Amino acid sequence: MNKTYLSYNNIVSALGFDSPRVVQNIHEGISGITLIEDENLFPNPFYASIIDSNSLKEAFGLLGPNSDYTRLEQMMIMSLDKIIKESSVKLTDRVGLIISTTKGNIDTLDPTNPMPKERAYLGTLGHIIKNYFRFVTEPIVLSNACVSGILAISIAKRFIAQGTFDQVFIVGGDIVSNFILSGFNSFQAMSPLPCKPYCKERSGINIGEVAASVLVTTEQKKLVPEAVEIMGEASCNDANHISGPSRTGEGLYRSIQSAFKEANAGPQDIDYISAHGTATNFNDEMEAIALNRLDLGGVPLNSLKGYFGHTLGGSGLLETIVGMHSLYHNTLYPSIGFTELGVSQPLNIIRATTAKKLDCFLKTASGFGGCNTAAVFKKVQS
Amino acid sequence: MTAENLKIKEYCSISNNRVMLNGQLLFEAQGSDFITFIKLAYKKMDTKYPKFFKMDDLSKLGFLASDILLKPITQDSEMPKNIALAFSNSASSLETDRKHQESIRDKEYYFPSPAIFVYTLPNICLGEISIKHRLHSENSFFIFNHFNAEYLHDYANSLMKSEKADEVLCGWINCDVEDYEAFLYLVSTEGSIAHNKEEIIKLYTTK
Repeated sequence: MNKTYLSYNNIVSALGFDSPRVVQNIHEGISGITLIEDENLFPNPFYASIIDSNSLKEAFGLLGPNSDYTRLEQMMIMSLDKIIKESSVKLTDRVGLIISTTKGNIDTLDPTNPMPKERAYLGTLGHIIKNYFRFVTEPIVLSNACVSGILAISIAKRFIAQGTFDQVFIVGGDIVSNFILSGFNSFQAMSPLPCKPYCKERSGINIGEVAASVLVTTEQKKLVPEAVEIMGEASCNDANHISGPSRTGEGLYRSIQSAFKEANAGPQDIDYISAHGTATNFNDEMEAIALNRLDLGGVPLNSLKGYFGHTLGGSGLLETIVGMHSLYHNTLYPSIGFTELGVSQPLNIIRATTAKKLDCFLKTASGFGGCNTAAVFKKVQS
Repeated sequence: MTAENLKIKEYCSISNNRVMLNGQLLFEAQGSDFITFIKLAYKKMDTKYPKFFKMDDLSKLGFLASDILLKPITQDSEMPKNIALAFSNSASSLETDRKHQESIRDKEYYFPSPAIFVYTLPNICLGEISIKHRLHSENSFFIFNHFNAEYLHDYANSLMKSEKADEVLCGWINCDVEDYEAFLYLVSTEGSIAHNKEEIIKLYTTK
């Protein structure tokens, strides 16, 4: 079977509007999480990673749009525009479009939002992106909770292997909305401070917003220097609870095991783990258990939630792209916010930006509905 | 395993207040609203799963249609089955999203509830089915404007060919303002209906 790669990529986030800028900010230890005071979003001040609206408006205006687009559409179009242009892939009937999101244009459900109500349908979002770029194929919208961004990579690879497409563009994203903030707050999952994944003092999540995109391809001549090969991937359900993770990490354990099998890899091959690390008590503890069941407790690991917050349907894709750059720069980035281990099993949390020869990384994610996804990526040897 | 050999083993639909299995009518309750109808169908199908009553409408619909197809396979089996779930719809979880939105509309009368919020994701239904049938399998929820037989067909083939699943439960479950509709089919190595786009469309349109 042909090898499948992740190549051209972009991140539109509070830390910048392109991947190199975002990664440079991470390198310098800068977080996008700030204290937000906006009663339209939440009654009290809260910590989140939000894109500056004026910068977004200005950057999107440069594309010369000829109609009105929602905040998320603007972010997604900006992100995809960059990689479609850079890759010069022609959008034929052999090129797919996958949109990964949990809530899409959920802000348009608010009665004060001026956009028409059909904008809240995820299929409408898909067609707006399709029509903007004139994709020929029907868009595939994936809404699978917080694993969507990484599962979208699996699904792109599978459709390519099946012969449905030769190449696939993925864009993943979600926005910070009163809908999401009120919901996670009702779960008492929101941290009153910047989040601290895996830390003894962790107290919940921060929400963030992002649009990230990547080209999934089998074509060697379409590879950028930071390109990685998708070695193996899998998703397994916990079959345990709809809003809490399995205490034994069963689904995550099985996902990693199955991704390893396809990649023909084991714990000894993994140089770095880009974990989910939402900074809730249950999630981080579950991950520590699952990773230790697979002898992965000693592998350098970070959660990027301390830089971007939890960006929901975009997070898995965003964090995979940062992982690609981490490999390319042979640099481990610290899990910002972490001071002292607060899970019951050992984890090798990265505390400082560290130069290290890196070849292969594992990305994991878990979400509501008991879903878990794992994928193994390897640097493309030049 | 080649894709040409794959079959549709069974199919089930719930729409227009009727429950159908492999083209045969199992239950009908004309004239009742969705809530009444689905409760009656639950009893008629001898579902016996009290958690059903706390689910939102989309999960109730998907759960019941799945249970009709999966119960005979999973209930007496000691070994968990590797049956993947590949579902789709056009309205995602919007019916429940609207309820959550209503609960935060007024700052003076603000009552968001975790019991509702958790169902503002379409894949929660897949979680409910996985719990009941002990499925530690691949789950994906796609959103299309219309039923898309081609993508579901190709995706099920890829899961089977790559041996990520032994069988795939595929289909469409949708709940929106005016209407609801469920159509699920089980892709397998056994069965008498060929697994191809034309057959899937035929079963979907004649359900």
